[in-house]
Amino acid sequence: MSDRLANPGRLRQIVIERLIDIVLLVFGCLMLLPLVFLVSNGFKTPQEILAWPPTIIPANPTLANFQAVLADTPLLRWIGNSLLFAVLSSLSILATSAIAGYILAKFQFRSLTVVFIVILATAIVPFEVYMIPLYFQAQALGLLNSVWGMLLGYLVMSFGIFLIRQNAIHSIPDELIEAARIDGAGEFWIFLRIVLPLLRGALGALGVLAFFQAWTAFAWPLIVASRAESYTIEVGLALFQTGFTVDLGRLSAASAVVLIPSITLFVILRKNFVQGIASTGLKE
Amino acid sequence: MLRRKRWLFALMAILPTLAIFAWVRVYPIWETLRLSVHKWDILSKNKPFIGMANFQELFRDRLFIEALTNTAIIAFGVLLVTIPLSLVLAALIHYRSRSRLAAFYETSVFIPHVVSLVPAAMAWKWIFDAKLGPLNALLTFVGIEPQAWLFDPVLSIICVIVLCSWQALGYAVLIYLVGFKSLPVSLYEAAKLDGASGPQSFWFLSIPMLKPITLYVSVVTLVSGFNVYAQAYVLASDAQGAPGRQVRVLVLDMLENSFRNYRVGYAASEAVVLLLIVLLLTLVQFGLLRDKGGRA
Repeated sequence: MSDRLANPGRLRQIVIERLIDIVLLVFGCLMLLPLVFLVSNGFKTPQEILAWPPTIIPANPTLANFQAVLADTPLLRWIGNSLLFAVLSSLSILATSAIAGYILAKFQFRSLTVVFIVILATAIVPFEVYMIPLYFQAQALGLLNSVWGMLLGYLVMSFGIFLIRQNAIHSIPDELIEAARIDGAGEFWIFLRIVLPLLRGALGALGVLAFFQAWTAFAWPLIVASRAESYTIEVGLALFQTGFTVDLGRLSAASAVVLIPSITLFVILRKNFVQGIASTGLKE
Repeated sequence: MLRRKRWLFALMAILPTLAIFAWVRVYPIWETLRLSVHKWDILSKNKPFIGMANFQELFRDRLFIEALTNTAIIAFGVLLVTIPLSLVLAALIHYRSRSRLAAFYETSVFIPHVVSLVPAAMAWKWIFDAKLGPLNALLTFVGIEPQAWLFDPVLSIICVIVLCSWQALGYAVLIYLVGFKSLPVSLYEAAKLDGASGPQSFWFLSIPMLKPITLYVSVVTLVSGFNVYAQAYVLASDAQGAPGRQVRVLVLDMLENSFRNYRVGYAASEAVVLLLIVLLLTLVQFGLLRDKGGRA
């Protein structure tokens, strides 16, 4: 009896669910379409790029664009620069955030409150605001045109410190640290052996976040690097595409070389990444 | 004694981070503020103090006004596209979170937010391209006049807004999804018993309860909109190398003044204007949040 009453409602719900699925599916595909076309254009002949409607799977796939790009530009060198920059930046951000976040979470001293306020106050200021004076600092140190100069802008991340501090407050019980102290453990040993393992999840999320932040950085590497051999991949591509003899196939091929590994990496690390990004919204 | 030892450890441990902060954050921010009230043209040795003169000149500078206007239009344009769209998308994705495709929905809107900006901008540049792009081909196909998307002063700004929204959407959806997950299920069940439809509970329950999140996402979107640069940079040159129309944005104007016109003090005063805008937006956010907290 109740089954029969519920049936029309159930049917209606299934129809609605399917409709929503279709909307989301179509929308998701549309979001990805520009990237799909870009990758596929990289494999097309010049004639096929102009074809209407544009094909998603090239009729005569060719590697000519890739060969041309690798011959024309130090593309692999740029990718190497980007990788080195992103890895070093993540390491520095992880180290500084882990230590500072733990200290600010678990040590109650008035002087530390001042430190926290300084970090909080500078967090609001966008990078673009102080990037010009920072450029002159890099210049004074002779770090222009090098990964070290780029690193100068990406050594610390205020948000990283907040994230670790928040995590340390919630996931490391004070009793655990106290017990270790009573057992005679040194402060540094406690940090290394008890705190760090407990922060593993948060540090993983932060590491992925920091890596992608440096990997996709644009304005700062653009002003720091002025020689082709020191470009990051973003800067290299942006300047390469302003060249007069560059055609669309080559541009797409170069872009595909960058996009495919970073999308693969993202899909693998999706959980870490989403956790990291989602926590940016939970500052309160 | 023990307390003193712990204090010493805390100090020694945080000192390196603090030193880096002072060196690459506090000092350059201070320098920006200081330079903005000085006249410094890279080539000259002296940097005379000139008070507010840089700022007075800024507001008579036609290029700066154009940059500020464009940037504001882009920032608010992205906001108007992103917020409603992401709210609806997040609601739908959350509603279908048990679907087998849920991971695909989430990932597909999020990928544009994480991929490298320049290659992604390149894809859109091809789409918008006047001669080779599929957008004009599509318009011709349905009988509409093709447009010079990247050359027309109004259309090129719209192109930047489309590109930035495409990228900003994933972040907003993700934050809203976190918000939706935190809403009490019992409230929706009660609403359903009272005969509320899905769209009704979305409109009368979700939207008001997600207001703090909407506020947060709006401010983040606006702030990153005011810092727009790479998108305008890439779209500004045609796929064949012919220059497109430069969409003058704040950061571009600032870098040009500093590195092309060598007017660093003047560029610093532009940076200060950018900082003031960001501070104002942040204050508005906190003000509105407190206002709401007070009433609740």
